[in-house]
Amino acid sequence: MTEPILSLRGVNKSFGPVHVLKDVNLDVHPGQVTALVGDNGAGKSTLIKCIAGIYTPDRGEFKFDGKVVNITGPRDATALGIEIVYQDLALCDNLDIVHNMFLGREVKKGPVLDESAMESLARKTLDSLSVRTVKSIRQTVASLSGGQRQTVAIAKAVLWNSKVVILDEPTAALGVAQTEQVLNLVRRLADNGLGVILISHNINDVFEVADNIAALYLGTMAAQVAKNEVIPRQVIELITTGASAGVEKAGVK
Amino acid sequence: MSTSTVEVPEATLKSAAHDYWSKVKAGDIGALPAVLGLLVLCIVFGSMSSVFLTPGNFANLLTQAASVIVIAMGLIFVLLLGEIDLSAGYASGVCGAVLVILITDQGQPWYIALVASIAVGMAMGFGLGTLVARLGIPSFVVTLAAFLGFQGILLILAGEGGTIRVEDETVLAIQNSNLSPTLSWAFYVAASVFYVLLGLSRINARRKAGLKAELFKLWLIKTISLVGVSGLAVFALNLERSNNRELVSLKGIPYVVPVILFLLVIGTFVLGRTAFGRHIYAVGGNAEAARRAGINVKNIRIAAFVICSGLSAIAGLLFASRQNSISPTTGGSSTLLYAVGAAVIGGTSLFGGKGKMRDAILGGLVVAVIDNGMGLLGYAAGIKFIVTGAVLLVSAGVDAVSRRGSAV
Repeated sequence: MTEPILSLRGVNKSFGPVHVLKDVNLDVHPGQVTALVGDNGAGKSTLIKCIAGIYTPDRGEFKFDGKVVNITGPRDATALGIEIVYQDLALCDNLDIVHNMFLGREVKKGPVLDESAMESLARKTLDSLSVRTVKSIRQTVASLSGGQRQTVAIAKAVLWNSKVVILDEPTAALGVAQTEQVLNLVRRLADNGLGVILISHNINDVFEVADNIAALYLGTMAAQVAKNEVIPRQVIELITTGASAGVEKAGVK
Repeated sequence: MSTSTVEVPEATLKSAAHDYWSKVKAGDIGALPAVLGLLVLCIVFGSMSSVFLTPGNFANLLTQAASVIVIAMGLIFVLLLGEIDLSAGYASGVCGAVLVILITDQGQPWYIALVASIAVGMAMGFGLGTLVARLGIPSFVVTLAAFLGFQGILLILAGEGGTIRVEDETVLAIQNSNLSPTLSWAFYVAASVFYVLLGLSRINARRKAGLKAELFKLWLIKTISLVGVSGLAVFALNLERSNNRELVSLKGIPYVVPVILFLLVIGTFVLGRTAFGRHIYAVGGNAEAARRAGINVKNIRIAAFVICSGLSAIAGLLFASRQNSISPTTGGSSTLLYAVGAAVIGGTSLFGGKGKMRDAILGGLVVAVIDNGMGLLGYAAGIKFIVTGAVLLVSAGVDAVSRRGSAV
């Protein structure tokens, strides 16, 4: 197996008296989809916010590409190549796809925006993800469907030679066909060599697209296992009780 | 893997019409309604009044509309954020008073007075913007308070006499004098060449980059009609429009027209071609998304209010020039409402995120034509206000409905 692109060891985070993350370990491999599952309040959001630099963990070691790194803010995470696609998509309805993909990081020629360069780069990125659903990349985001919006948000995340992309419930609000499209896109991100963290509540989605599954239970990592070593029932047990017969407890190796 | 998936279809007039319709459905109706409205109004008033379509009235209309257009230009920056500045009218009055006092009472040259009055305007905008962005007071309340406050300042500045006259020739010339007919044509040719080259270079750059360019035929139609109509306008303005030809000759483009076109070019450039402009649209569209993209939302808000009040100061200059003085009602009564109306009628959304600099000019002309035309037809001020209000309501209604149509 390849070396993990991102590796967390013994991450702890408390908010006042509430101990949200307890000695969490997590490995994300390039070219793989790592599904992060867990019930509400298990600490999924807190964990990804620590990775993205929005929260600073109290204790714990981050290794990125084999080197120990210190992520103290969102800019550090972005500089390393870690991008988050949020559940509420953070797109501007009134701007077109190109504008959204480059928002805050516009390509400029002197003081002037370089629209041609941005449009070419945006199209190249969408092509590399084999996005076929978008008619014109100059249409406003307001005219896009939920699945297309998710596509744009994901394309925005991979535009910057990112190495790790975190997707926060990308299919939560989508219909069947659109969910399929987005899951295909998630798979393609990994096939293009990125490390993908997929947060999902939907066990079917997880089994369709993930390579390995990390289950959080009340702030501890119940297990991180390869998908083909478990069956959905075991994953549900891990989520609801924190343990399952036949699954090795994480970190007990 | 890298098959071209986002296709570049050959553009045709039909596909352009289709693109326009999908834009309309997405809530962007563009300039067409305002242009058609303007045309209809001109035909109606032209057929009902023998004076309306004369060169004299045309020039008069432009100078009447000028201050409202400039205030509307500033307001568009604020409206794009989904905010409002109710104090912009009296801000122009206060800045105009500062200008006139510096010239008449202090004996300063006009340029120093102008820079000072713009600085005062920007400082007022900075105050408003800071209260809105940093303290989080709704802009409606902040600027309503400022509306009263600025009115009070203007009253104090105007003092006992009530009006301060201005006799500086440059200030008076802006709204009262014209380019000579030769200079008018030279200006027209230069502006047209600039516009055509700009359009051609944009199409060329996009073609070179292998991107879908605007349909050349459509661009040609738009450009020819715009250049043609403005050519007619210059021709009309170059006709003698003095009632007493022996005493005084009146012909050529009023100086205020190049001033407004200059502001239009700068404003369009800032909004459309710079990162700052893009960020204004982004904050108006989705402030949270803008924040997550690393944009300093508070600074953008403050900057918009600074620009708005700064442009109000220029409108103050135009008021002073047209009225030859500043009075306690300068920038008051219906000024601000006309300016908001102009922006909205031109196509700027009150909900933020949608609007262009040119909206101020189109809408400002619509408002001025209604005001001017109905005045010529002898309607009372009351009827004019009711009609203008109704037009504003219809525009805001179209804005709201088109927005609902695009909501997901």
